[in-house]
Amino acid sequence: MNALAKPETGGILALAIIIAILPFLLPNSYYLDVANRVGINAIVCVGLNLLIGYAGQISLGHAGFFALGAYFSGILVSNHGWPPLVAMLTGALFVGLLSYVIARPIMKLRGHYLAMGTLGMGIVISIVLNQEGELTGGPDGMSVDGFSAFGWEPGNEQVWYWMIGGLLLVAVWLALNLINSPVGRALRSVHGSEVAASVAGVDVAHYKVLIFVVSAVFASIAGSLFAHSSGFLTPSEGDFFHSIELVTMVVLGGMASVFGAVVGAALLTTLPQLLTVFHDYEMLVFGAALIITLIFMRRGLVPTLLSAFKRRKK
Amino acid sequence: MLAELLQFLFSGITVGAIYALVGLGFAIIYNASHVINFAQGEFVMLGGMGTVFFIGLGLPMPIAILLAIVLTVIVGLGLEKFAVEPARDAPIVTLIIITIGASIFFRGAAQVVWDRNIHSVPAFSGNDPIMIGGASILPQSLWIIGSTVVIVVALHLFFNRTMMGKAIIATSHNPLAAKLMGINTRIVLLLSFGLSALLGASAGILIAPISLTYTGVGIMLGLKGFCAAVLGGLGKPMGAIAGGLIVGISEVMTAGYISSAYKDAVAFIIILAVLFLMPNGLFGGRGTERV
Amino acid sequence: MTLLRVENLSKEFGAICAVEDLNFTINPGAIHSIIGPNGAGKTTLFNLITGVDSPSAGKIIFNDLDITGIPTFKLAGYGISRTFQNLQIFFNMSAVENVMVGNHLRNDSRFLPALFGFRSIKKGERVCRERAERIMCDVGLEEYIGSDADSMPYGALKWLEIARALASEPSMLLLDEPAAGLNPSETQEINELIKRIADMGITVVLVEHDMKLVMGVSDHIIVLDSGRKLAEGNADEIRRNPDVVKAYLGHRQKVC
Repeated sequence: MNALAKPETGGILALAIIIAILPFLLPNSYYLDVANRVGINAIVCVGLNLLIGYAGQISLGHAGFFALGAYFSGILVSNHGWPPLVAMLTGALFVGLLSYVIARPIMKLRGHYLAMGTLGMGIVISIVLNQEGELTGGPDGMSVDGFSAFGWEPGNEQVWYWMIGGLLLVAVWLALNLINSPVGRALRSVHGSEVAASVAGVDVAHYKVLIFVVSAVFASIAGSLFAHSSGFLTPSEGDFFHSIELVTMVVLGGMASVFGAVVGAALLTTLPQLLTVFHDYEMLVFGAALIITLIFMRRGLVPTLLSAFKRRKK
Repeated sequence: MLAELLQFLFSGITVGAIYALVGLGFAIIYNASHVINFAQGEFVMLGGMGTVFFIGLGLPMPIAILLAIVLTVIVGLGLEKFAVEPARDAPIVTLIIITIGASIFFRGAAQVVWDRNIHSVPAFSGNDPIMIGGASILPQSLWIIGSTVVIVVALHLFFNRTMMGKAIIATSHNPLAAKLMGINTRIVLLLSFGLSALLGASAGILIAPISLTYTGVGIMLGLKGFCAAVLGGLGKPMGAIAGGLIVGISEVMTAGYISSAYKDAVAFIIILAVLFLMPNGLFGGRGTERV
Repeated sequence: MTLLRVENLSKEFGAICAVEDLNFTINPGAIHSIIGPNGAGKTTLFNLITGVDSPSAGKIIFNDLDITGIPTFKLAGYGISRTFQNLQIFFNMSAVENVMVGNHLRNDSRFLPALFGFRSIKKGERVCRERAERIMCDVGLEEYIGSDADSMPYGALKWLEIARALASEPSMLLLDEPAAGLNPSETQEINELIKRIADMGITVVLVEHDMKLVMGVSDHIIVLDSGRKLAEGNADEIRRNPDVVKAYLGHRQKVC
């Protein structure tokens, strides 16, 4: 696991190169749109991976934070004329506070109760978004104005692509910094053994709450980006399925691996496009693929491939 | 006034019994393996849809029900054997995703083998409501409540009086010790999944005449059953029953007296409240970590 | 001046008294052992001292500070560290990182500097790693400096836990069955390590079953039986104490 830390500058470089080259390989703007979605999901997953992979916690409701960020941006900007950047930060602040309030009591519990708590929270958020039609447009959704900051607006998918790509690199950089610091190590110790971590002086509860809030804020910001870049929101962005999708991306791509989170996001966002070949069998194939992949690569793709690579070198 | 309350109570107990059965399934599997089986809801779906299928083949209702249960149990055993067993030492999050993958797989398979339409199942003994105290209750509701009681009693006897049942409980407390005592923990695990499948399928079959059935019916039912299980203290089967009833009754009361829009949220709001106030569920004891 | 004072300490788990009305003191600068038959309450005692469990009654005073009921994570700051009977190694990290966690309180654990990759954090990491590697060498684990925790043998892991405990620079180190699962030559090495640790000025308190180790290394022995203090003294006194001998031959579970 510690070997992943060393190639990180290489990793960021590789990611930057991929981001730089990709648009020239994609045939049309539809694919650019998909790439943007991948980037946005990746930002959420990088944060979520800190929670699940490094700190060893679970959240089955993270799409709720994503949707809250998205709707805050949508409502404040389109319905009240707020500047998008301010709306984004407000959403992030609200989500930060909400996640803090929820985390404090629940993080004292053992893992499955955390799962349930986050699950419940996510579902309640998505139901509220659905029901409060006057505020959110209800199940039919709402449209969102484009993003603008300091007089500049990303006009099309291409500009959004560079913006999202850049922000993804920033997110990855932040995550890697955190991991390679005493804070990051404290998080991992919480995962390793809460008792031993406490004895060593790690305030376990504090770190669990911290990382929950951090990952929630990542999701919220990604949500705001999504709101503006896609121009249209529905409450399904915050539903149980989306939360599970996000966790699946993290688990599949590789827990305790920042690049794994990016890979997982890329795979799972693009996979449905590939799976349409199977028509009616799409769901069946997807489910089977998920099971089989995880049975044989239980730490996820990137860590498994990396250790297989390490073993071959020996 | 009273008649209305009674009406809601009947509805609440009916739907609560269903949640109780689903929650029981969660609790039993959790007990045996510490896995949260997100495919539990699909057992419910298979029970209902399976019955529809077998009735469609021309079989009489009781046979169709039996076959649907058998089908679901086989699927449950298959889930354990092919998806959970091979990944037994994987991190808990991975196992959760695997069961979610299984749930997607089952739904996808059901859609392919059957269809995406909504189906109805005839009520077991007719549709004429029975009047009690000014409130009406469907015969099917009585079937649901009655069957749940029978199942719960049977389970209680099973866990407390039979060797196999006690083996399951022993394994849930300490798998290693159970193994050393000669209990075949792999069989216990298999049996737990089979039992949960049976419970899920029963729930699906019982509720189908009232609320119709389709391949997506398992999702919400599964989630609410999960709430019931957690409410009772994950791993305490009898707690799941109380949990199910509480969720069911609260849901119906909320829909009736407050707002039907937030009906679905009730289960989860209750769960959040309980987790904040009584972290180990209503009946869960304080866990102690041995170091 | 006493380092640790335990007053009327009791812990009940339901109807079972794991620890009942314990009183003893630990003076600094010596090696102390706590022995007793299985179920005597030794690990419970450690759990109480380190805040893993909270007492039903009584007080624990460390360096004249009442630490009863203080959350575990604060105790490292007061100078208390421990190892565990069932290894609590961080298997998701490398060996060095395990030891680095021990040094947590002396690291800069501010969030924002960490997030933005301040150079001071990176420098601190280098220093922390060097310290950890030095401690691993001191303890005899040089060959594992590049290893992952999950690839190390059991004996080495016991040493690793001790290294991690030492990294927090404790004034009192509690070792919970350090010789459990070790062969005689490894036990001899632990014997020597304990003496070396005591020479560093750290007060060592052992819980141990291996009598040879206990008698060979302890300045002061406390004998527990069924949660109560049975006897106290140096190795000779304990060896000759008839109550102690009887306790090891017959044992009852005490109900409060």
